[in-house]
Amino acid sequence: MNTAFDTDDNMRDLYRELILDHARNPRHFGKMDDATHCADGINPLCGDKLRVYLRVNEDQLIAAAGFEGSGCAISVASASLLTDLIIGLPSSQARNYYSAVTQRLSNPDTIVAEPDSIDLGKLKALDGVREYPSRVKCATLAWHAMNSALNNQSTPVSTE
Amino acid sequence: MTNAQKKRSHEAAIEVYRQDFPALQQTISDHPLVYLDSASSAQQPVSVIEAVAEYQRNDHSNVHRGVHTLSHRATEAYEGARDKIQGFINAASRNEIIHTSGTTESINLVAQSHCRPLLSAGDKILTTELEHHSNIVPWQLVCEQTGAELLVVPIDDRGQLDLDEFDNLLTDDVRFVAIGHVSNALGTINPVKEIVEKAHAFDIPVLVDGAQGVPHMQIDVQDLGCDFYAFSGHKMYGPTGTGILYGREKLLEAMPPYKGGGDMIIEVSFNGTVFNELPYKFEAGTPNISGVIGLGAAVDYLQSVDLQQIARHESWLLDYMTQEIGKIDGIRLIGTAENKAGVQSFLLDDIHAHDLGTILDHQGVAIRTGHHCAMPVMSFFKIPGTARASLALYNNTADIDQLIVALKKAQQLFA
Repeated sequence: MNTAFDTDDNMRDLYRELILDHARNPRHFGKMDDATHCADGINPLCGDKLRVYLRVNEDQLIAAAGFEGSGCAISVASASLLTDLIIGLPSSQARNYYSAVTQRLSNPDTIVAEPDSIDLGKLKALDGVREYPSRVKCATLAWHAMNSALNNQSTPVSTE
Repeated sequence: MTNAQKKRSHEAAIEVYRQDFPALQQTISDHPLVYLDSASSAQQPVSVIEAVAEYQRNDHSNVHRGVHTLSHRATEAYEGARDKIQGFINAASRNEIIHTSGTTESINLVAQSHCRPLLSAGDKILTTELEHHSNIVPWQLVCEQTGAELLVVPIDDRGQLDLDEFDNLLTDDVRFVAIGHVSNALGTINPVKEIVEKAHAFDIPVLVDGAQGVPHMQIDVQDLGCDFYAFSGHKMYGPTGTGILYGREKLLEAMPPYKGGGDMIIEVSFNGTVFNELPYKFEAGTPNISGVIGLGAAVDYLQSVDLQQIARHESWLLDYMTQEIGKIDGIRLIGTAENKAGVQSFLLDDIHAHDLGTILDHQGVAIRTGHHCAMPVMSFFKIPGTARASLALYNNTADIDQLIVALKKAQQLFA
């Protein structure tokens, strides 16, 4: 399959199977009625809007995470990977991931090393966007929304 | 003629124009550039690039001020562009041609200087669901400032205005009508002449947003009968940061200045200031001299080509593009009005337009993706955005064929 792109490394780097899989079948997708935190992320460039839901328990553990909205393959896959990753983490650790991911994707010239205690794992599948400045915003949209939700900001965050 | 012969004859006719545009002679990711985003910004012919460079190289100085040779040359070229534009759109007087930074500023100028002083609570402004944000937000702002209300003429599922509803909304309370000539998102050509006639029957002035009209057809503002016509230089093969507001002289004379500053005055003292006459009253500050000179060169270029032949070519190429895109399984065409300019919006399978744009770019094909600054149109179709291919005089069937190849590759990647 995908013979047209066999020699087309850049496109395959951006749209890896893992990304396409999460875009087609986003995990934890849908409205969450018992969320304790929730925030919208808006990408004004394309009008995409994602809402990230979190349920944080009294031990400050993220017991549940989910999202809804519409977006491109990159933004949906990133949101799906985010929710997969942060469920079960302390909220402070989710913030560490937020910093690690946004810094890594926003610095095309240097790969920002993974800080101690952070294993980016599957999130490295998003590295392809580093070559596409206009798409970094897509990949970080859900992350900004999650951070804003944890900060209890009520206004939507924008990636512009 | 067979289809193949027709195709060849169209290619031959425009090949000569293609050569005038240096930007088209490049490759992107090892593919020849296929530029299908002229509705965002059209490429510039070498004559425009050279006119700007010539001013920068030899004539750079300020206009309307100096007694020296360079200032004379700059003033002559800058004011010469005004005369060219007057002729180009057949305005009755050069005083009716105001240089602005683009369509957006032209519309804001009318909203603030013409409408704002005349509006009060209960008054209505009429616009349409088809508009670009630049023909919506300035009216929302002036409504907020005055208590007036913005009424919206709806569209049908082909992207055409509901003219019956326009008639219903056109009442004695309406003080102003603002309508696009051609929809940037869908390519629909609106019957502006008819709309102007109807509005004038109620003595209501009409502004036409011509940003997408001027590049595709010969504009005669006197024949259209509109009171204001706004357009941008960079969509008609000129530089960015240039634009025109055409306005009827009587209306412009009655309007207060939009911005204050140098060049728009005759005398300034702290006891009072005497404003300059038209058109300078609306051109405060040092203008975009090089840009306007480039715009003048763009008008020269458009007058040197056969505009009717180009209009026929664009119309033929639009049909070809729509037909070829339509053959792809999983394509949904957005905007299928009967009367259209060279724009086609579409969606492919459930691939997000943004992904499509990136994949096409990788095949050298430049299209616009997203909401096209026309969010109400997207809301109408219940979609976040579209992919949009738009045509200019330099596009040929090879461009369309490469677009189709790239779309099929995107489809394979997402299969």
